[in-house]
Amino acid sequence: MSAASTPLYNALPQRSPGHTLTIYLKEAKYEFLKNLRLRVYTLSVLSFPLMFYVLFGLVLNARESIGGTTIPTYLMATYGTFGVMGASLFGTAAGLAADRGLGWLQVKRASPMPPFAYFAAKVVLSMIFSAIVVSLLMLLGFAFGGVRLPLANLAKLLGTLVAGSLPFSALGLAVGYFAGPNSAPPVINLIYLPMSFCSGLWVPYMFLPKMVRQIALVLPPYHLSQLALGVVGGGRHESAATHWEVLLALTLICLGVARIGFQRDQGKLYG
Amino acid sequence: MIATLEKIRSTPSSTVTRDIASLAAVSKNYGQVPALRGVNFAVHAGELVALVGPNGAGKTTAVKLLLGLMQPSAGRVRVFGGDPTNPQNRMRVGAMLQVGRVPETLRVREHIDLFSSYYLKPLPLAEVLAGAGLEKLAERKFGDLSGGQRQRVLFALAICGDPDLLFLDEPTVGLDVESRRMLWDEIRRMVERGKTVLLTTHHLEEADALADRVAVINRGEIIAQGTPAEIKAKTSGKRIRCITGLGLTSLRQIPGVVEVREDREAVEIHSGEAESVVRELLTLDPLLSGLEISSAGLEEAFLALTKDSSMSAAPQN
Repeated sequence: MSAASTPLYNALPQRSPGHTLTIYLKEAKYEFLKNLRLRVYTLSVLSFPLMFYVLFGLVLNARESIGGTTIPTYLMATYGTFGVMGASLFGTAAGLAADRGLGWLQVKRASPMPPFAYFAAKVVLSMIFSAIVVSLLMLLGFAFGGVRLPLANLAKLLGTLVAGSLPFSALGLAVGYFAGPNSAPPVINLIYLPMSFCSGLWVPYMFLPKMVRQIALVLPPYHLSQLALGVVGGGRHESAATHWEVLLALTLICLGVARIGFQRDQGKLYG
Repeated sequence: MIATLEKIRSTPSSTVTRDIASLAAVSKNYGQVPALRGVNFAVHAGELVALVGPNGAGKTTAVKLLLGLMQPSAGRVRVFGGDPTNPQNRMRVGAMLQVGRVPETLRVREHIDLFSSYYLKPLPLAEVLAGAGLEKLAERKFGDLSGGQRQRVLFALAICGDPDLLFLDEPTVGLDVESRRMLWDEIRRMVERGKTVLLTTHHLEEADALADRVAVINRGEIIAQGTPAEIKAKTSGKRIRCITGLGLTSLRQIPGVVEVREDREAVEIHSGEAESVVRELLTLDPLLSGLEISSAGLEEAFLALTKDSSMSAAPQN
């Protein structure tokens, strides 16, 4: 009897590494397509930084400069930071909170999907959209703001900002685990908009009130924007290592928080 | 000789080895609220089991435990002899759950393509589309589908990996008659191909039409298990229909009455002891008219079972 039933319990062959890679790529591809077709995402993530940049960087203050860096160049770095934050926070938190709260994540968890593929896809999406926002800002700055930078610097700026998408994706995952499907977008806005202002992403740091300038020093977007400004020659010449350390710390803390949320959902902590 | 073999086949030890998925003394509490209380339940290879019960009875909780989506508060959950969260077990399982929102901007074909990629030997896309009746909707975005069509996509995602074990949680909710029949046919075809299916439903008609075995669940406890015929037999119930001046309250007080409900000008009484109830009725109301007595179906058996368990559970609380 038991001999007849053993085939039931035989372990199946494992997935090959190539197969696993295919899953990761498909997951990322469809995450991208899903959001690309989602007007709420593309419009809010692309239009705000581009609109603000055109208004404040190209229309209003285009001829002025800050410490040798023209305003269009300076704001390209800060609105780039702003754009990266938006793409990353909305790319992770909003989708995760909705998928969790409305049951879709359970369907995926019940399937043999490698759990990490789901999160990796959201991070990749955030990085792709970050790259798109920054590239569009560069294009605008080049075409209408007289921004002239060596190609190497442009590449470095793009690389820095896209890498800066990671800490904010991590923050988004943490928010996505602890916000409801409807409350996630307002929670993101509550984090994202005040932080952007206080970090000097809209109004350059030196024009901020003194108290806000002190707050800025502890805010992650300030540190990313200083790294970006360092590339275009508009930074405050603080240690780049410190900036990266702050961003790394944010990433690790947020991933830790997201992990608690993940385990809570798996029912390993209680329930 | 044949009799001996039959006997061996039906002994508990041989059925244990056929368990593909099982709950052993499983309890699950949500905070203070018990959802399952000491449930013993098994799904055997190649059978179609229906878990039937009213809303909130614990059906979905049982399915989620078997899918490894949550941990039991007590007891043991096994799928293919192992932990349900084991990734290799998950490759052999398909699930259709009740979902509030599915990504709406992806096309039907894209959803199936992604889920198929998770499995080792997925079915060809055309076969999945045909099985779920989605051939003409492959290029449609999920958000543009009707409620019934959406259910069919979820079914497609459950079967696309050609799983050995299929969990269907309320699969036909919101489906029109035609879609429901189509889904039933497809579920039967899965069983014919040797697959094992556990489906939950509160439509007894569905359990009756599909299931080899029915488990009735109420208030977190399995209160009856057996073939649909056995379940019906458990309550040798009869349905008594008559027109009477007696109020519902006094009808419910007649010994042997399980359930009373108004049906237009008449009342319908469900009882396991029809003869004594009728005798009592005629004594209490000499003007009673339009008396009809008929055999109860699965629905009545179900009502009787769930009602009994509610009454027996009440004093414990």
